[in-house]
Amino acid sequence: MFELKSSCLAIVGLPLAAAMLAGFCGKVIGQRASHLATTFAVGLSFFLSLIVIKQFYTHEISPLNFTLYTWGQFGHTPFTIGFLIDQLTAVMMLIVTFVSWMVHIYSIGYMRDDPGYQRFFCYISLFTFGMLMLISANNFLQLFFGWEMVGLMSYLLIGFWFKKESAIVANLKAFIVNRVGDFGFLIGIAAVLYCFGTLDYRLVFEEVQNISKVELFQLPTGYTVSAITFICLCLFVGAMGKSAQVPLHVWLPDSMEGPTPISALIHAATMVTAGVFMIARLSPLFEYSELALNVILTIGTVTCFLMGLVGIVQNDIKRIIAYSTLSQLGYMMIAMGVSAYPIGIFHLVTHAFFKALLFLGAGSIIFALHHEQDIWKMGNLRKSLPITYYTMLVGSLALIGFPFFSGFYSKDLIIEAVKLSQLPCAKAAYYFVVGGVYITALYTFRLFFVVFHLKTDRDDIHVEPNSWVVEGPLVLLAIPSLVLGALFLRPLSENYFAHSLVIHPEHSGFQELMAASESPFFMALHGFTSLPFVLGLLGIITAWIGYVVRPKSAAWVQRRLGVIYYILKNQLGFDAFYRLVVVMATRTLGLFCWRWGDQWLIDGVGVNGTANTVKRLSQSLRKMQTGYLYHYAFVMIVGFLVLIAWLLLSVIV
Amino acid sequence: MAFPLLSWLIWIPIFGGAALLFLRKETCVLWVRFFSLCLAMFSFGLSCVLLIGFDVTTSEMQWAETIPWIPSFQIFYRLGVDGLSLPLIVLTCFTTILVILASYRSVQNNVADYCATFLIMQGLMCGVFASLDAVLFYSFWEAMLVPMFLIIGRWGGQNRIYATMKFFLYTFFGSVLLLVAILYLQMVAKSTLGAESDGLFNILAFQNLALTMIEQKWIFLAFLIAFAIKVPMWPVHTWLPDAHVEAPAGGSVVLAAILLKMGGYGFLRFILPITPDASQFFASGIIGLSLIAIIYIALVAIVQTDMKKLIAYSSISHMGIVTLGLFTVFSIIKNTENHDVAVASMEGSLVQMISHGFISAALFLCVGVLYDRLHSRLIKDYGGVVNTMPIFAAFFMLFAMANVGLPGTSGFVGEFLVILSAFQAKIWYAVGAATLLILGASYTLWMYKRVIFGSITQPAVATLRDIQGTEICVLLLLAIAILWLGLWPEPLLNILQASTEHLLNQMLHSKL
Repeated sequence: MFELKSSCLAIVGLPLAAAMLAGFCGKVIGQRASHLATTFAVGLSFFLSLIVIKQFYTHEISPLNFTLYTWGQFGHTPFTIGFLIDQLTAVMMLIVTFVSWMVHIYSIGYMRDDPGYQRFFCYISLFTFGMLMLISANNFLQLFFGWEMVGLMSYLLIGFWFKKESAIVANLKAFIVNRVGDFGFLIGIAAVLYCFGTLDYRLVFEEVQNISKVELFQLPTGYTVSAITFICLCLFVGAMGKSAQVPLHVWLPDSMEGPTPISALIHAATMVTAGVFMIARLSPLFEYSELALNVILTIGTVTCFLMGLVGIVQNDIKRIIAYSTLSQLGYMMIAMGVSAYPIGIFHLVTHAFFKALLFLGAGSIIFALHHEQDIWKMGNLRKSLPITYYTMLVGSLALIGFPFFSGFYSKDLIIEAVKLSQLPCAKAAYYFVVGGVYITALYTFRLFFVVFHLKTDRDDIHVEPNSWVVEGPLVLLAIPSLVLGALFLRPLSENYFAHSLVIHPEHSGFQELMAASESPFFMALHGFTSLPFVLGLLGIITAWIGYVVRPKSAAWVQRRLGVIYYILKNQLGFDAFYRLVVVMATRTLGLFCWRWGDQWLIDGVGVNGTANTVKRLSQSLRKMQTGYLYHYAFVMIVGFLVLIAWLLLSVIV
Repeated sequence: MAFPLLSWLIWIPIFGGAALLFLRKETCVLWVRFFSLCLAMFSFGLSCVLLIGFDVTTSEMQWAETIPWIPSFQIFYRLGVDGLSLPLIVLTCFTTILVILASYRSVQNNVADYCATFLIMQGLMCGVFASLDAVLFYSFWEAMLVPMFLIIGRWGGQNRIYATMKFFLYTFFGSVLLLVAILYLQMVAKSTLGAESDGLFNILAFQNLALTMIEQKWIFLAFLIAFAIKVPMWPVHTWLPDAHVEAPAGGSVVLAAILLKMGGYGFLRFILPITPDASQFFASGIIGLSLIAIIYIALVAIVQTDMKKLIAYSSISHMGIVTLGLFTVFSIIKNTENHDVAVASMEGSLVQMISHGFISAALFLCVGVLYDRLHSRLIKDYGGVVNTMPIFAAFFMLFAMANVGLPGTSGFVGEFLVILSAFQAKIWYAVGAATLLILGASYTLWMYKRVIFGSITQPAVATLRDIQGTEICVLLLLAIAILWLGLWPEPLLNILQASTEHLLNQMLHSKL
């Protein structure tokens, strides 16, 4: 008999236990035992999640919602630590544990000479635990727990090489930008508690219809903000931080300073999708706020398009993929915005595999070239790294949505969903989303061609062969990148997520899409005739001409479009703005408060001022105490005379 | 009469400490340390007995003791604890153990005097929290200034005389007003209860006195100045950074962990129950000051160059959460009429007090660890400490994260409860308080980055030795406390529940 409750606890708990072992006893048990323990624990979690998802698919088990313990009381409302295991959680568990497992195996090779080996395995296992807590939460409190825990692990892992100045700047930036998101998230949670009186998902979802018309407050302009819109927008600010949406995206490209396996696990496959997951999980709330959905769609579109553009001009292999991740997260947000939650999750799943694959592939190149990350110093690596070459080809084709590859199905459905959406912003978004396909193809294959095909006349590139622990995960990730899309389509059209993801009947796009769906094979065949395919192909051809056939033409275009190039190269000025305006303003304000407020006004004028006044007063009083008898006698006589004069005057008058 | 546990808690450390003062100078230092540690552990054991024997279902005073002290003035030696004071007493005893343990490395001269001062202070602080007679309370409150004055003045840094005078005058100024308020209350009590009543200085009797609004306002302001200086609230906070910077590590720990809490405790024991209507009247003002404290002080903390000053400012900012949580209650009730939320808000404040006791103690001890080695508190003198002190860096990371208010650490609990309930009063209160999320992370982690991370740039840092023995022990105790409170605050909230509900009823019951 399969016990869902205990297996869920095992899935979540195993990585924690292993992380504790590697963290506290790492030095004692050694490198080998540390990586064996953590890898084994995460692997076991993966197999257990595989069983869970299989059982959900065959309807052998029904969703489970249980409380582990009561964390505290809010008055008489219990705040609990509890788990909700349903179809959505099961899918997320599967990808988190699988990608994490692959990254564990990969790191055995990638990190082998690193002095912080055990620490690394402790961190990534602990991260896996945090991520599992986040996705299996049944209330907002635990969601926030997991949310901050993965944020912490991300912080620690970006700064894993703590001697590198750029790494510790990047991790500080990541944490603080995420905190800006958390600020909104926490206000959102407070609003949920205010409106619903509970933080439990189930109770909140049951009540949502009654709340949907309630007004929270009125803006000075007279516009009233409904409670549900306020909640959704605040929560979305949290999602913008974690899922790196414009303008809170600036931390993600910098996070590439961390070890590459981390970029694959945290900054591509799992943590950055937490925001998308959160919106999907809370779809019963978001469905009631038209405004919030429009905002999500707009922000998603902006992120998707602009970040793709910036990706074209980057030269660091990891940064290119990071910008690609930003752009793809934009696609997921778009799906959320048009209420196509299952499709957004679908893209999240396929993206997790092919993006992890691309990152690990990039890691394999970086490793083979002794930590070289500039794509212009690579070139012609097709022959020397064959496995990396073919697996990255699979990943790249999946990323641009080439028919039959996994990314095709999810991205194509997103584009269709935007087309069908009734939201006011959807019309404009559609053009950007389709245009984004061209951009995606361009930056993806620019990287691919420059790294693998560009002829170099240098022969100083010394390529070190990779071990099987590095290449094995690449192959294991390439398989789902190839076939998962087609496999996932069927459960999707059978409404696998019907229990977890709620779609308001008015937002009928997804239903229409699923009603019109075909078999994966025919869908892919039709894909060859669609506009996105043509654009994608055009992107590949542009990259081929620009970087392989006529390498000089790219430089020519770059010169002609100097201003645009400059703006894109500087990430559209977001970093400069934050550095020069936000950070400087905060520090100036701090200095002002300190120097003028505390030191000058309160201490100088107030405290020491009082003390000095007292001192001055007493000093002048002290002058009277001269100690000379004739002074005192003189004062006495004067006093006496004054007294007499006064008496006389009063008698006369 | 039951076993006088509270008296034991107060007088054993005081007499033990006094005995240490009479030791001859050549007494073996190790014995002195061992004896003080035993004494501190014994007191902590007693406070645990208090905790175990505590009945969480009632808001009545427990372990009460009443002995006539100055019968002609109806002044009694009256002790008792409820859910508000019990956690603070346990915190006091816990902190003293840490201070004594931490002195093993950092204090080498006048060890007996040092330990004695801290033990005496522990007894006096327990006395403050356990007193139910206003004169007794005032005596302990004032007596406590003396050891603190000595600690800063004797074992302090270079500018210690200025700091210690500032500390003393600032707090003494507040105390005078406290005394005036107490005497006035006694007069009112005399006229309502009769001169022969035994409750003329009874704090609990004060709470039931009928007072007119104008009386309440004056009493409120007198108490406010006394307690606001201790908390400290903006703009009467400037003594704290100076005192912290000059105090030795142990002094800073006690200052931040316990002394500041006495201000918060004063609000709970005096201001809110004795002058509820005035509190309601002034509530929005206090909330304004709290929000200024949270935001303004956090901004000031960002630009500090001295680690201790930074943590001191961070303390003030975090104490803003405490006062915010206490005074939002009125508008929560007005807005939602939901007593649960109001109770949660006050519990949040109390948890924040306890948690801040742990976290600030931990951070000051961490700075103490560094100061012992390099004799500098300036951030720029460090950098890359993790390379030579990895275990220390790990502990420091945990405490920094607790200061940032990461869920799972105690720092989160209070902030979370207060922000959630402040939202129900006014959205802008919550928004203002939640900026601490961003600003707190900025100053704490920026300091952490500059001190701990990076490669070694100062030659002195390369010679650092990692923490060991007692240092690990101290930090480990704090780490356990912080994580336990963060992962499972339920037991603490349980202790607070009944007394907080009682206090809420007193606050909502108009005296007019």
